[in-house]
Amino acid sequence: MTVDSSAASEPRRSAAGKAGTTGSKTGTKRTTRTTSRSTTRAATGSGTRTSTDPELVQLLTPEGKRVKNAEYDAYVAGITPEELRGLYRDMVLTRRFDAEATALQRQGELGLWASLLGQEAAQIGSGRATREDDYVFPTYREHGVAWCRGVDPTNLLGMFRGVNHGGWDPNSNNFHLYTIVIGSQTLHATGYAMGVAKDGADSAVIAYFGDGASSQGDVAESFTFSAVYNAPVVFFCQNNQWAISEPTEKQTRVPLYQRAQGFGFPGVRVDGNDVLACLAVTRWALERARSGEGPTLVEAFTYRMGAHTTSDDPTRYRGDEERLAWEAKDPILRLRRYLEASNHTDDGFFAELEAESEALGKRVREAVRAMPDPDKFAIFENVYADGHALVDEERAQFAAYQASFADVEGV
Amino acid sequence: MAAEKMALAKAINESLRRALDSDPKVLVMGEDVGKLGGVFRVTDGLQKDFGDSRVIDTPLAESGIVGTAIGLALRGYRPVVEIQFDGFVFPAYDQIVTQLAKMHARSLGKVKMPVVVRIPYGGGIGAVEHHSESPESLFAHVAGLKVVSPSNASDAYWMMQQAIQSDDPVIYFEPKRRYWDKGEVNTEAIPGPLHKARVVREGTDLTLVAYGPMVKLCQEAADAAAEEGKSLEVLDLRSVSPMDFDSIQASVEKTRRLVVVHEAPVFFGSGAEIAARITERCFYHLEAPVLRVGGYHAPYPPARLEDEYLPGLDRVLDAVDRALAY
Repeated sequence: MTVDSSAASEPRRSAAGKAGTTGSKTGTKRTTRTTSRSTTRAATGSGTRTSTDPELVQLLTPEGKRVKNAEYDAYVAGITPEELRGLYRDMVLTRRFDAEATALQRQGELGLWASLLGQEAAQIGSGRATREDDYVFPTYREHGVAWCRGVDPTNLLGMFRGVNHGGWDPNSNNFHLYTIVIGSQTLHATGYAMGVAKDGADSAVIAYFGDGASSQGDVAESFTFSAVYNAPVVFFCQNNQWAISEPTEKQTRVPLYQRAQGFGFPGVRVDGNDVLACLAVTRWALERARSGEGPTLVEAFTYRMGAHTTSDDPTRYRGDEERLAWEAKDPILRLRRYLEASNHTDDGFFAELEAESEALGKRVREAVRAMPDPDKFAIFENVYADGHALVDEERAQFAAYQASFADVEGV
Repeated sequence: MAAEKMALAKAINESLRRALDSDPKVLVMGEDVGKLGGVFRVTDGLQKDFGDSRVIDTPLAESGIVGTAIGLALRGYRPVVEIQFDGFVFPAYDQIVTQLAKMHARSLGKVKMPVVVRIPYGGGIGAVEHHSESPESLFAHVAGLKVVSPSNASDAYWMMQQAIQSDDPVIYFEPKRRYWDKGEVNTEAIPGPLHKARVVREGTDLTLVAYGPMVKLCQEAADAAAEEGKSLEVLDLRSVSPMDFDSIQASVEKTRRLVVVHEAPVFFGSGAEIAARITERCFYHLEAPVLRVGGYHAPYPPARLEDEYLPGLDRVLDAVDRALAY
């Protein structure tokens, strides 16, 4: 059912015995729903796997067939046709927004764009699993998660246009600023989760990062801290197979989800192009966090369909065959097939969504073009919360320098 | 018990205790800060009294300590983290520079970062490699950070109070060779603003500027110079960033000569910044170039050589003589 890719072949080696899940050291798990995590079990109920597939949790096949999964079905058991259409809508609109941003970069309206093309299911599935009081720590590519959190997409574009370095209020949507230094945010998420636990709240925290970030010391340290303090955090790794030009083979000798075991918490690999599986697995992981069972690592096995950013040229390091193979596993297509086969949709739904999609594109386009350059004095704003004499002095110098041109213009 | 004589380390301890007591959001984090009370005993007894969820022994990972402190600050806490020694701060340097320093600006002021990073620094205690360094310039160079260093017990106490109350990240450099020096601490009277310099000794012939461990040395140098009939003014900067250039300027306009003393290497050290700014501000007052006394552009030497590397009484007085000879 899937075509193998070179990048996907490496993790297979050691994934064989574990079937997509590693248990923590626990015989001590508390909740009934997760007591079985410490044992290994088949991640998919379907016998259709080929031997070349990496082991992962899958609920929807690329052909859009629902496959049973004894462990995770419960987490999406009550899902309604309306919710499924909602997931589809989220993915379509996110992709539309992403395409618009790429186009805006080509038109010179944005300096750069990091496309999420291909990762919609991983982001929408996990993002929709979060609760309002949960807190999200993204990388710089989590446009789909931002969408789920209710962050207006046009807010994401300021930093790529060069008018700010983030700019939205992280506490409005419990969606932290994008973090560009790779992996740094996993520690912030862990610290935040330590605070949640101190407060006695049952919120959870989710930290996004990628396969490249998995090599960073900060990610390893966040695993250590979260395990030691039993912090309510989910580490959601989107393994999109490429860290700019470096394939996952350059980051790891074991499947990434298996790293968790060494730190003493469970890791699971999910089909990152299967929105339903991502939703189910993330719900499970967040529930663990809420109920005091500590951190979980989720590896969403997906693919970066586009370039790393608009500045990147993937033809220098990877072939078309690989991309084509992943195209067959497209996250949006598979949910559409499932919706259609289940008679959950009609033509009206798709037509309406298409119109909504175009309207979003137009709104984003107009918002970006209307985005003004910041005031010159913004350079000196908010450097400190309590002020700083040197900043004041330099702002005054800058003002005087600027004012010196006013005389010239006045002549 | 308003005023009491105590060691500088004890003053920090008392200050942390007061902060933990008065604000439930204050946390103390670091390696060995719990049962052991820190390798210098600065956090002695705090875990016993406030519990291990407020005085937290962390894994041995400095980036992790600062990175999780950032997350805790985002959640509304006010962490005071300890880096065990100056030379061990560098694994955390990335988090401090790329995240901690910039968070307030990049969130357009929506997010505050009330994190204090305590770093015992400087030499003079005969330590092994990486235990005697003075990296303050590396932090003062970064916008978004505030950098302070007390020279005495009273300042240690009050500057810690003010650092914890600050909504900005403060790098708090503790002069480790002065940890055991005792001084009067009045816990009821704030001596002044956190970033204001203080004239420690008035003089008319030349100004010595220092902070942290070198203030005491400069006072000794002023004593020695006085015996030779020279009147030196000693200014304790207290804060490296922001720096109180107004106070330096006022002093130099009076004395017309300036020598800056710090343990950190002279090259690109804070003395270079002081020399440049004071030359600009006081060009027509200066009778001599601003001179600097500090470490050499060489790795901090083995302990048996540190007295040669560190500014001592004679090196300071030599610079004073050179400045006065103009």
